[in-house]
Amino acid sequence: MARPMTLTEKILAAHSGKADVAPGDIISIDLDLVMANELSAAVAITEFRKIKGATKVWDPDKIALVPSHFTPNKDIATATLSTMMRDFAKEQHITHYFEVGRGGIEHVVLPENGFVGPGMTIIGGDSHTTTYGGLGAFATGVGSTDIAAAFATGEMWVRVPPSIKIILEGGLRKYVQGKDLILTTIGRIGVDGAIYGAMEFAGSAIKDLPISGRFTMANMSIEAGAKNGIFPVDAIAEAYCAAVGKKDYTVYHADKDAEYQSVVTIDCSKIEPQVALPWLPENTKNASDLNEITIHQAVIGTCTNGRIEDMRQAAEILKGRKVHPDVRAIVIPGSQKVYKQCVTEGLAEIFIDAGCVVSTPTCGPCVGGHMGVLSEGERCISTTNRNFKGRMGHVKSEVYLTGPYVAAASAVAGHIANPEQLGAPVAV
Amino acid sequence: MILKGTAHKYGKNVDTDVIIPGRYCNLIDPVELGKHALEDLDANFVKKAKAGDLIVADTNFGCGSSREVAAVALKGAGVSGVVAKSFARIFYRNCINTGLPIFECPEGVDGINDGDAITVDADNGVITNETTGKSFKATQFPKFMQDLIAKGGLLRYAEQRLAEKKAAKEGAMHDRAAT
Repeated sequence: MARPMTLTEKILAAHSGKADVAPGDIISIDLDLVMANELSAAVAITEFRKIKGATKVWDPDKIALVPSHFTPNKDIATATLSTMMRDFAKEQHITHYFEVGRGGIEHVVLPENGFVGPGMTIIGGDSHTTTYGGLGAFATGVGSTDIAAAFATGEMWVRVPPSIKIILEGGLRKYVQGKDLILTTIGRIGVDGAIYGAMEFAGSAIKDLPISGRFTMANMSIEAGAKNGIFPVDAIAEAYCAAVGKKDYTVYHADKDAEYQSVVTIDCSKIEPQVALPWLPENTKNASDLNEITIHQAVIGTCTNGRIEDMRQAAEILKGRKVHPDVRAIVIPGSQKVYKQCVTEGLAEIFIDAGCVVSTPTCGPCVGGHMGVLSEGERCISTTNRNFKGRMGHVKSEVYLTGPYVAAASAVAGHIANPEQLGAPVAV
Repeated sequence: MILKGTAHKYGKNVDTDVIIPGRYCNLIDPVELGKHALEDLDANFVKKAKAGDLIVADTNFGCGSSREVAAVALKGAGVSGVVAKSFARIFYRNCINTGLPIFECPEGVDGINDGDAITVDADNGVITNETTGKSFKATQFPKFMQDLIAKGGLLRYAEQRLAEKKAAKEGAMHDRAAT
């Protein structure tokens, strides 16, 4: 009989042709989807050319190439990399190449187009590939050489990670979302709290959490050092799949007697909207306690919080209010679809009336690339996922991580604020 | 392989953004990348580092982004290896794949100070602090990874897998033809 397995172990066993796997096993898994962006793809393509016998990719339908980081191209160097990826997509007849204007940020684009489903194995040349665990997939980020080998073979070697169960219990307060739950979790276990491991989320606090919030949480599981973060598949996940046209997937469930390296239980009923202070995502505090920190910029969007639900939360706060005179607010819908929805739902108008920039989808400012790079001494409140030194620009600039509600409220207040600390909006 | 150089010691959670900041991630050339290695952690690193020097760091070295250029930038700056208490997993894979020798050795990290002269017997994972005369043994790589490195890295492994798959396919076709 097969040993009892966690959700991650179940998926890895099924994709390696084994009855069971255990933490520490090194196995080769078949991949269902391989993703790269213009930065990781350019190096991967160069390495792919060095593999003897690999003239064609293993399956042009199972590769997704998404210009997203420094695009629309910010300079000649980036344009060169984007051209490399575009030419490769044509040469190899890659089915899922998302040109600028028809895609957006990879981790927003792939799920909304029905490419991600429960039980899949997905790797990406981007550390936030963990996002897809929100829908019950095994998804992890790798470097470009791993991507090159996967382009050729459709498989990857993996050391089976020990699983860590994160049980989030309790009802959530107003304005508390997925971002607050994951920041709280990272604050509790630390940025290496799940190193080499799989974070498996459970508990009553995530039961009603929308897929967008689960994507946010799985996205940041890498910020605790995890190989992957994964959610159980329930009716909310299946409804999401139906809505985006994802069919033919397999639902796995963790065995009741599966072994976990550790179990972390967090009472979420008392959590307030969170902010992670520089220079690590584990430096979490309540937004309401940080009113003395003034900000120069607010960024709302990215692979962490660039979905329509995030845009609606920001708009809920910004409606009838104005961005503080000393703040630049930059709203970046995560994909063309989200962008269009912002327009049709009237959110774009709210953002513009409030005095925000509404940008085309890009990872830009999050990686210190473009569209909102910071100067020395500037502070930015941001719905992104990293607040490392120099992440968004000058080495002496600062990034404060939070969710859309607090980012929008802080943009209005001119300092870090919980939405409950704002005055009433003016009549519109 | 013997690595020999001065230790440059850093703390916990040295992330890939400080190893090579995002603003340089559209560079590919190792030498160009190397000019900016560790720029946002230690602006003097590139000036003081000599070819062959080693990085010694605490836990979770290389956390953050999947950017393979982080490993490439260190190599480009002349770094011959990294000794740390633990490595972030993507960086760990990237080092194996790009040929930057890494050594997990908590005792070694505690037994090495910034500026010490270090020798590493990479094949046997023995780290010697020449300044103090003390030696430390690094955690062994799992056998699969040792074989992967011995074969010449991931791309050679991929070639082998492609050949095996081709042979299996041809074998299956042959079997079908025979029946």
